[in-house]
Amino acid sequence: MKRPSGWSLIKIYTLLIYVWMFTPIVAVVLLSFNPQQFGSFPMEGFSFRWYVKLAGNATILGAFKNSLVLGSLTAVMATAIGIPAAMAFVRYDFRGKETLNTLLLSPIMIPEVVLGVALLIFIRWLQQPKSFALLLIGHVVLTLPYVLLVVQARLVGIKREYEEAAQTLGASPFQTFWSVTFPLLAPAIFAGMLFSFTISFDDVTATLFWATAQNQTVPVKIFGMLRNSISPEINALGAVMILLTVSLPLAAGYVSRRFARGSG
Amino acid sequence: MEKEKDPGLVQFRGVMKKFGDVLAVEKTDLDIPEGSLVTLLGPSGCGKTTLLRMVAGLETPTEGDIYIKGNRINDVPIHKRNLGMIFQNYALFPHKTIFDNVAFGLKYRNIPKDKIKEKVSRALEMVRLPGVENRMPSQLSGGQQQRIALARAIVIEPDVLLMDEPLSALDENLREEMRLEIDNIQRMLGVTSIFVTHDQREALSMSDKIVVMEGGKKQQEGGPEEVYNNPANHFVADFLGHSNFVDGVIQSRDGDSYRVKLEDGNELMAEGGDWREGDAVEVVVRAQKLDIVPRDSHQTDDAVNCFFGKIKERSYMGGEVSYFVELENGTVLHVIGIVKTKPFRRGDPVAVTAPPRHCKLLRKEG
Repeated sequence: MKRPSGWSLIKIYTLLIYVWMFTPIVAVVLLSFNPQQFGSFPMEGFSFRWYVKLAGNATILGAFKNSLVLGSLTAVMATAIGIPAAMAFVRYDFRGKETLNTLLLSPIMIPEVVLGVALLIFIRWLQQPKSFALLLIGHVVLTLPYVLLVVQARLVGIKREYEEAAQTLGASPFQTFWSVTFPLLAPAIFAGMLFSFTISFDDVTATLFWATAQNQTVPVKIFGMLRNSISPEINALGAVMILLTVSLPLAAGYVSRRFARGSG
Repeated sequence: MEKEKDPGLVQFRGVMKKFGDVLAVEKTDLDIPEGSLVTLLGPSGCGKTTLLRMVAGLETPTEGDIYIKGNRINDVPIHKRNLGMIFQNYALFPHKTIFDNVAFGLKYRNIPKDKIKEKVSRALEMVRLPGVENRMPSQLSGGQQQRIALARAIVIEPDVLLMDEPLSALDENLREEMRLEIDNIQRMLGVTSIFVTHDQREALSMSDKIVVMEGGKKQQEGGPEEVYNNPANHFVADFLGHSNFVDGVIQSRDGDSYRVKLEDGNELMAEGGDWREGDAVEVVVRAQKLDIVPRDSHQTDDAVNCFFGKIKERSYMGGEVSYFVELENGTVLHVIGIVKTKPFRRGDPVAVTAPPRHCKLLRKEG
């Protein structure tokens, strides 16, 4: 028999890592179809019981709506702020540019707990109550760095000559942005929006600090539910969230590839 | 009735540009005559592109004024200048069709739709690419893309056509074709054009006027033949063509011809200029202007400006051969000769003659 080579050892090792990473996720999805209250393997039967129950759970549905609204608004706002900021950083020179850029990217490096507490203290100092607006602002701060990074990276790749050509042909700076820069930037803007949506949709730590009872998001809700009991409903919810957070970027990737092919 | 042409459709008056502390363009005065093609020629970093970009408005002069058709345009924003610009790497909008690319400038000029269509197809015909309206830029070759870029620039009927090394990104064989194309279209439309290049052949073959630049400074300005045959200084003589330089001192004058004592001990007759006895000069002779014959077939020993030596290096280039001839006193001359019968080989004894009228004198610099 052939002795296993180093290469096949690496293959086995890689496989084991994947198994180790994905087994819990697969377990969650499988158990969500388990009719029993206390899930164990092997499963006895198959049912959509927990999905039906989930669909009837008003608080979960409310949290789901909150998450969707919050995620979408975060995505829109973060890109709306991120695009002009990226333009400024890549296309123009001004004093304190590096400092400002580092500052805007810093939420990636600062622990979320610190960020969560800091914003709370700030709002207290302003003598404002916790609100949805606070949550939204918080999430924009959290996701802005990702939008900035993605859009900046793309902008660096867009040759300045395109904009210069447009301007010499008679387009004002704004028209140039709208008809040349923005369309070329679109894939990155799209990616940035997706990033911020998924990050906002997934976030637990900071959201725990900022959310009021009325505007709890799904992850925070799950966290709360786990403190009392482990309901198989959570498995169903987890499966739905996995489906959403995986399929969205995949769909986006497909769409942007179609785009790319369309524009050559 | 022919309208009189403006001798300075574009005028530079004391234009200077600094990037931070770096001087990119020294104070420059320059006129671009209406309908002409003027080339800014020089090595990279000589300021030629900066000068061009200041006309476009993509750079702002640190000092001085630029006029187009008599109007000072320093403060006119780029998009109001009515210029066509062609870039080295085409800069066609990759997300727009060829039609939308060419029509781009027309959209901002209040032109009715059917008129735009007509103008675009006429421009495409002019660059000999009719019917490509619906393709994307990436479906065209480099040469075709640059022709579309040309169409896009001329369709708006610009006051000035600016070209920033438009041929540099193209393959050697395509370059010649595209050069002729630009040349023809420029002449046909009579559009005032500024062409930036580092390639002397491009400059010499298509320009009405060449402006040789180096170190942010205008070195010489004139017609191609003028600049080639009567270089104003060492840089111009060296940059354009292959030249031999020998230092010397004027010994005597006889009308327009001078006897020069060269530093290698030889004597040489040269013509042109106004020099006095004792002036330190530099003699310039083009490699192509030197005559080369076999040593033994050379008849008279006392011929003017005749030097003997041996072939040191040679490179055969098809129609012509480039030789480096080592003279008896060690000086090496660069000679480019047309191949008539059989090229010389390394080590062949030869006689090199420099006709006095091709020996130009320059003031010794530094």
